[in-house]
Amino acid sequence: MSAAIAAAGETPVVDRPTEAPVAVPGTTAPHNDRPDPFGQSVTRLEDLPLVRGQGRFAADLSFPHQLHMRMVRSPVAHARLLGVDASEALAMRGVVAVWTAQDVVGIPCIPLREGPSVELDPYLQPILARDRVRYVGDPVAAVFATDPFIAEDAAERVSLDLESLPVLTDATAALGEFAPGLPTQPTTIRKGYGDIEAAFAKAACTVELELATGRHSGVPLETRGAIGRYDAARDVLELHGAAKVPHRNRDALARMLGRSPHAIHLFELHVGGGFGVRGEIYPEDVLVLLAAMRLERPVKWIEDRYEALMTTNQSREQVHRVRAAVAADGFVLAMDDEFFHDQGAYVRTHGDRVADMTAGILPGGYVLPAYRVTGHYRLTNKTPAATYRAPGRFESSFVRERLFDAIAQRMGIDPIELRRRNLIRPEQMPFPRGIETIEDNIVFDSGDYPLLLQKTLDALDWPRLQADLQARRAQGEAVGVGLACFVEKSGLGPADGVRITVDFTGAVEVVTGGASVGQGFETVVAQICASTLGVDYRRVRVVHGRTDRIQYGVGAHAGRATVMTGSATHNAALRVRAKALDMAASMLGCAIEGLDIVDGRVIRRGDSGPGLALGDVASALAPTARARGEREPGLTAEGWYETPSMTYPYGVHVAVVRVDRDTGAARVERFFVGYDVGRAVNPMLVEGQIVGGVAQGIGGALLEEFAYDENGEPLAVTLADYLLPTLDDIPPVEVMITEDAPSPLNPLGIKGAGEAGINGVGAAIAAAIDDAIGQPGAVTRLPVTPVRLKALLRQRAG
Amino acid sequence: MKHPITLTINGHRHEVEVEPRRTLADVIREECRLTGTHVGCEHGVCGACTVIVDGDPVRACLVFAVQAEGAQIRTVEGLAQGSQLHPLQQAFMDHHALQCGFCTPGFLMLSTALLERPDPPSDAELQEALSSNLCRCTGYKNIVLAVRAASKAMHATSGAA
Repeated sequence: MSAAIAAAGETPVVDRPTEAPVAVPGTTAPHNDRPDPFGQSVTRLEDLPLVRGQGRFAADLSFPHQLHMRMVRSPVAHARLLGVDASEALAMRGVVAVWTAQDVVGIPCIPLREGPSVELDPYLQPILARDRVRYVGDPVAAVFATDPFIAEDAAERVSLDLESLPVLTDATAALGEFAPGLPTQPTTIRKGYGDIEAAFAKAACTVELELATGRHSGVPLETRGAIGRYDAARDVLELHGAAKVPHRNRDALARMLGRSPHAIHLFELHVGGGFGVRGEIYPEDVLVLLAAMRLERPVKWIEDRYEALMTTNQSREQVHRVRAAVAADGFVLAMDDEFFHDQGAYVRTHGDRVADMTAGILPGGYVLPAYRVTGHYRLTNKTPAATYRAPGRFESSFVRERLFDAIAQRMGIDPIELRRRNLIRPEQMPFPRGIETIEDNIVFDSGDYPLLLQKTLDALDWPRLQADLQARRAQGEAVGVGLACFVEKSGLGPADGVRITVDFTGAVEVVTGGASVGQGFETVVAQICASTLGVDYRRVRVVHGRTDRIQYGVGAHAGRATVMTGSATHNAALRVRAKALDMAASMLGCAIEGLDIVDGRVIRRGDSGPGLALGDVASALAPTARARGEREPGLTAEGWYETPSMTYPYGVHVAVVRVDRDTGAARVERFFVGYDVGRAVNPMLVEGQIVGGVAQGIGGALLEEFAYDENGEPLAVTLADYLLPTLDDIPPVEVMITEDAPSPLNPLGIKGAGEAGINGVGAAIAAAIDDAIGQPGAVTRLPVTPVRLKALLRQRAG
Repeated sequence: MKHPITLTINGHRHEVEVEPRRTLADVIREECRLTGTHVGCEHGVCGACTVIVDGDPVRACLVFAVQAEGAQIRTVEGLAQGSQLHPLQQAFMDHHALQCGFCTPGFLMLSTALLERPDPPSDAELQEALSSNLCRCTGYKNIVLAVRAASKAMHATSGAA
């Protein structure tokens, strides 16, 4: 087993069920003289400009004659906005305009992506605050100037007339008022199945907990940025600096600004980290577009770090009151949960989807015959919230796995054994969960959860690990281990398409509606295309994040990119391959069946001759080429992939944590991830996603928190207060990638990997801390900061 | 009020006029148009703006441009010699030590300064030095592997020569 684990210093190895090479359906891969790029840890196509300092991030792009925008933001968490005085700012040299809500009347609030919603729409955020400000950082006015420093100086001279209103910072407290007649709970999420009351009536034991996850978020290292430009010559409005979902945002912006989607285009630049928060539509995106048209100059806005930490989407803050009904043998008969989701000041583009996903995925991979959940979706006077990597899963895994640990403790059953007794068995697959989430009926498509658990325990030599820790505890060390099981989700459909074209040099272009947030999207799509078509992946150029090149796109979120865009790429490449073989057969005067494409050349099988370059086949298919005959012009094809539902990868996380009883510091000594990804297109990149996710999870479990005081004043607005993990906080992460359960839903069997690393980190670390300090059930709240851990240690002493 | 200054970056002289309040990071990016140096936090925490000033790694957001006059400044754009990548650049690619690439120039310059010291850094020295910059994507594992590999390659070469 240890051969399958990539520890520090090793190249990742995938635990593949058979020794057989990975063959992509519909092709003859692997090819004879060159390894099939599918499944190989090839280096990335993205890297060269990035290591040379030739990347182009939002702040790196400038247009001649551009203006700079600076926002004037609310300094208080809740107040009536009585007036804005911009006269002093307007008098400054270099200031071109100052806008308030009155200047943008007629521009609607930023809409839900999956809207409209009668319940949620009244709570959406306007691009500039109208009659109330609702969080510290709420945009009130926009200053436009010829220089960013002048804009910032001028913004400081805009004065706001504000009248204080009561501030709400606790989502479990009594409801307040968003606006007259609108309570701070716009909606309630209810899901469930089975007979809860009967389960609790017959339970041998019930366990009840209150658990909370702290407010933290993606915090990409690049702040947001947006450059609006209106090209009057072509009547096209352009937004540069788009990310994540450029096509969906183009459509929303077109509606907001009353333009045809053909007359507004979004351009993704390099994106310095996404993690769910970057690439949503924020007020500034709309303002630079509007200003570019009205002021007839390009308008650039670059967020500073202070703004990023109080205006970009935050996430995760939930309080759960959960109880379980358990049979005498440890089988969990039912789970009943009530939770409060702190949405912050406005409903943003995701609506209630994070809360909905929490409710949908909370049961995880356990059988659980009965389940009921009630989610209170609450507004407060804090920065608005939305998705952060593994939204609803980091939170719900913490709750579910804490509950299972508490049940094990109560029943006197080993926590691993308890999980074994409750995990869904492979023969129960596909397993209908009995509930829907984000409009998808949850059906776990494939998996062998007990097998992955066993492989993880074997890889760690679990009995020995336990014995080692026991021995260290006997020596006085506070060290312990914790484990969490989870089911991920990926490949949110329903459809994605790409267009592949081979040019006369044999170079291949894949135009996708996908997006890159730094995860290696170009490389993975190129590998899939190259594998299916029969070319070197380095000859494949992947175009993404450009709405002017392709009409539709799903972007990069919800673990979608590899599953959806990858599958569409495979389908399109099959069609290009068929066209190339058909043309080549005619050119070579032989049957299609006798031909193959290897390394960009059409060859006769079993023949060592040079064959025909794919570029020459493309030339023969040119519209003007006689050789083409009646064939459709161009060596090009579109391919679509449609899926009936999401695909569900799964994982096991194990943390070993040492606690310093004097300082209250918890240090993660070791972290292990076992994860079944279906099929790994590029194991090195899968491992990279997982290790990076673990680091972020450690941040959310121990360090990162957007704290607010009772007046709604944010207390973490610099990176000195909001603590991102450094190398010193991250142990050598060990990763075991398995391919025991390819997805039956897509042609490549792939599942998503982006959220595998972060999902169960909070849960595993909490359990490890309990174990380390010998206080089962002690950790009920994340992050476990030194102050909180000291309090837990005192509880025991007292 | 702007001051005329001359900055020497990667061996090239840049004559620019800047306000005293402009940071070195701003001027490298905006006046000299070398945008490989990134600004992540503007107050010396993240290290994305790390450049080498007279041989030492420096956070360019914590230095005013006027303070850097007369100094030898090196940025990520100066690492490669034409198409020949610096061993650190190659190692970062080989070991998948970058994802989004935003922090990468800072890590490259920090590591360059570290590896140009006479003795190769020990693992503990490497751990301590690399803990001074932030990366949000990789979890650092591959950055450490890459710098260690480059260290080996560079010191093997210099030892042979």
